[in-house]
Amino acid sequence: MLEIRNLHARIAEDGTEIIRGLNLTVKAGEVAAIMGPNGSGKSTLSYILSGREDYEVTEGDILYNGESILELDPAERAAKGIFLAFQYPVEIPGVATMQFLKVAMNSQRKARGEDELTTPEFIRRVKEAAAELKINPDMLKRPLNVGFSGGEKKRAEILQMALLEPKLCILDETDSGLDIDALKIVADGVNALKRPDRATVVITHYQRLLDYIVPDSVHVLYKGQIIKSGDKDLALELEANGYADITGQAA
Amino acid sequence: MTLQAANRLTAAETQLIDAYTNQIGSLPGDGAVLLQRDGLFDTLKRQGLPTRRVESFHYTDLKALLRALPADEISAVAEGVRPIVTNATVLAIRQGVAQDAGSLPEGLTVTAYRDSLKDGSAAPALTAYNSEDTIGRINGAFVRDGFSLEIADGAEIEELIELQSVHAAGHLHLRFPATFGKGAKATIVERHVGQSDSAALATVVADLTLGDGAEVTWVILQGEGDADSHLGQIRADLGPNAKFRLFIINAGGKLVRQEVHVKTTGEGSDFTLRAVNLLGGDTHTDVTMTLGHNVPHTTSTEIIRNIVFDRAKGVFQGMIRVAPDAQKTDARMACNTLLMSDDAEFSVKPELEIFADDVQCAHGATVTDIQKNHLYYLMSRGIPEKTARGLLINGFVAEIVEELEDEALVEALEEIITDWLEHHG
Repeated sequence: MLEIRNLHARIAEDGTEIIRGLNLTVKAGEVAAIMGPNGSGKSTLSYILSGREDYEVTEGDILYNGESILELDPAERAAKGIFLAFQYPVEIPGVATMQFLKVAMNSQRKARGEDELTTPEFIRRVKEAAAELKINPDMLKRPLNVGFSGGEKKRAEILQMALLEPKLCILDETDSGLDIDALKIVADGVNALKRPDRATVVITHYQRLLDYIVPDSVHVLYKGQIIKSGDKDLALELEANGYADITGQAA
Repeated sequence: MTLQAANRLTAAETQLIDAYTNQIGSLPGDGAVLLQRDGLFDTLKRQGLPTRRVESFHYTDLKALLRALPADEISAVAEGVRPIVTNATVLAIRQGVAQDAGSLPEGLTVTAYRDSLKDGSAAPALTAYNSEDTIGRINGAFVRDGFSLEIADGAEIEELIELQSVHAAGHLHLRFPATFGKGAKATIVERHVGQSDSAALATVVADLTLGDGAEVTWVILQGEGDADSHLGQIRADLGPNAKFRLFIINAGGKLVRQEVHVKTTGEGSDFTLRAVNLLGGDTHTDVTMTLGHNVPHTTSTEIIRNIVFDRAKGVFQGMIRVAPDAQKTDARMACNTLLMSDDAEFSVKPELEIFADDVQCAHGATVTDIQKNHLYYLMSRGIPEKTARGLLINGFVAEIVEELEDEALVEALEEIITDWLEHHG
């Protein structure tokens, strides 16, 4: 489903290279975890996959279902089924959460040539998904992410993911700032979305989240490259020994 | 400046002089009112319309912008519009004439302003606010009608009160004196609807007095026609612990000046100003505020948000004066503008005159573009760039409106903003 080939990317503004020859393949139905120490390029990778224009790809390619997505803007990538759950979702005052959800869902449907949702159908879907994630309906009356606690923001991200039904889900440090109860709710939400035709990339610093979202593969990102891949035991090994062992070998 | 040499008068000035001469016999009012009108008009005639050399009109050269007045004849009958929210008490003004009030909520007394002109009770307040008060003078000289409102001590009026002025082309001069008793609570929408493509000239003076602990929300919803000139002014005196929230939405008119003159006269009083200026085409819109923190322990915040398209020009002047003994004043003013075209203009002039030493005053002005990370976030959810920009532009001003607690009113105002943006974006 996702194939990253020898990817090199830098910050557009100052030319700092962050991703340096990264290779990664994620198959449909797979849950892949990307772990790595701070500054290894984890968040940058998620931004590049979603099409943020602050980064420039200088070499290599990203193939999604066999096609390069480098020329697509974030909205086009989203319409094709790529979803990034942000580590720090932005607060957008003045944009109502419900309005945002409706516009997002219908924009994607339109891009795929589907009919727009009727208002009752839209509201039914939001209510159902919100209830599963234990989201207080009052939260949805507020402007987008404004005044949400850290945990509420993460849940709102997973709510969007559930409603938009993406094919490739990228979770960027979804566990950061969550207490254990919130973490379980979020993880349950992610697990409920698991499908044979849907892939998930979980980006995390700690192994903790992987107790709840069990990965099929684990990849260690260091200095912009995948330096080691393995199964879920690799995450436990990292938890026990820290990153120094592996990064030491790489250096 | 004198206007004795006839060739120096603009068409508009000549028309004003002729109009006053022709109308003075038919304008409502007793002898005391007539004397006030004459006094106001004499100064107006002597000064002429202000040019950029008059400080408070520096960015709105009225002499140049209002070259000629529209014809003063009723070209069509103005038709009523639906109230802004369904259960509002509507006080209707059609083509400048106050209509019968109908049933009113308890605690609210309403009289047609023409009656207080006729019996002379309006005379003492028929004055200019300051030496540069052109709007007060034109309005005072020509005013024919409006509504006088009295909200009784302790009256908490839940229903929204809508002063609904609907007009076609022509001249209209309205006044809204309003007295809010001790502890009174009310929300009032002063709404202007221009229905004609031909030009109208509207002048409006609202004159508010807030008693001890009164809480008043006043919304000026200016939706004049594309050719109309609107010269508005609101004056407010805030008694002890009074809370006055003023929302201004400018979404119409060719030439607009809305003046706001507020004084805190009682300790513990609080003033909130929120203004949304939606500007497009070849229009000129000016919001000018003077705020006197005249006694200790009073607070205010002012937030002005502007979206400027095409070749439109906007102005915000905000002058906060803190009197020598007005210690513990806390005043904060911000003006944020989104310029949507290379030819759009917005001028901001904040002024702080502080004569007390233990106060907090701040002001800031920004000209911004849509925030890139906001745009990216919306697009990452599949919203195409153009739609995402539209949502954010809307949000930039809708945020201000959301501070109103009345959900139905917020919804109605957001709809007005969305409609306007759809027609101009």
